[in-house]
Amino acid sequence: MVEFTLPRNSKIGKGRTFKAPEGAKRIRKFHVYRWNPEDGKNPTVDTFEVDLDTCGPMILDALIKIKDELDPSLTFRRSCREGVCGSCAMNIDGTNTLACTRTMDEVKGDVKVYPLPHMSVIKDLVPDMTNFYAQYASVEPWIKTSTPEPSRERLQSREDRAKLDGLWECVLCACCTTACPSYWWNEDRYLGPAVLLQAYRFIADSRDDHTGERLDDLEDPFRLYRCHTILNCTQTCPKGLNPAKAIAETKKLMVERR
Amino acid sequence: MSLRTPLGRARGLGSAKNGTQHWWHQRLTALALLPLAVWFVVSLITLADATYEDVIDWLSSPIVAGLMLLLIFAMFMHLKIGLQEVIEDYVHSGWRKVASLVFVTFGTITLGLACALAVLWVWLVG
Repeated sequence: MVEFTLPRNSKIGKGRTFKAPEGAKRIRKFHVYRWNPEDGKNPTVDTFEVDLDTCGPMILDALIKIKDELDPSLTFRRSCREGVCGSCAMNIDGTNTLACTRTMDEVKGDVKVYPLPHMSVIKDLVPDMTNFYAQYASVEPWIKTSTPEPSRERLQSREDRAKLDGLWECVLCACCTTACPSYWWNEDRYLGPAVLLQAYRFIADSRDDHTGERLDDLEDPFRLYRCHTILNCTQTCPKGLNPAKAIAETKKLMVERR
Repeated sequence: MSLRTPLGRARGLGSAKNGTQHWWHQRLTALALLPLAVWFVVSLITLADATYEDVIDWLSSPIVAGLMLLLIFAMFMHLKIGLQEVIEDYVHSGWRKVASLVFVTFGTITLGLACALAVLWVWLVG
């Protein structure tokens, strides 16, 4: 059954406070979720005071500064710092987004930083993405053909290529999937918006010969039809994509082939 | 604890290869309910001051009885599909899920049939 309250070992306690250095003028408070699998304690929310005069403009800049200067044990994923790798997806100010593309100006008041919702936490802001990646692999996200291998590139018309716009840009950060209540309740069987968008990316690709089989694999009350067009996915996507539309297009194809 | 691979878990029992009909029927019944529900509500408002005999007269017309049967069919089918979705969303333990699905199926069919029989009774018997 669905649980609406946190289990006892997930109840969040008050954490430590790290003061800004003496003389700092522009101070911003960051409330960051902390959980260490090794100390056997419940999670806490630590407060960090960041001196904005010596910090970059992005949330990720502040997190890196905290790790660098205030608490080196703070754990989070990051890599490209420009919205391409999707590593630093987390819940900032109540919304799933990438820490590297969200500016501090966009957040009013203290900045609250939590891991992606409803995922098992490995440590602090690092969620366990195993199931998400396995679901991605399960839709076989590569071009499959039955035609003999051509002697050159597989050609695609400009119109057909344009059909992939709004799909190929997805960086698999899982902001949309972990914002979806349907995914929270049924993450074991529902594929979630990110994976369904990726599945549609190959359904829509004119170079793929296995469209029907791809639709067969998705046609399932849980894999696809747990989507109830809640649209949290589209609202939260840090890349401005529309997973709900990709899902709707998939459903239209399901009806079309009946 | 299971040592099954994440991919094996994600693939699970495979695709059920259905769900489209369910989804399509939910849309069709919703579409049918738009005009039928408006008609029904407007009819009830115009019948607000009517006597018992007026209402029986109104319901005895084949057009009204036919529209009522359509409304009942679409409504209970929509209700059944919707409740089934809610149960599949939220109820995960085996016996509770099966029991609630059986209850919803039997319940909506029983209620829908009772409504339809009542309309037929008034129309044919009066």
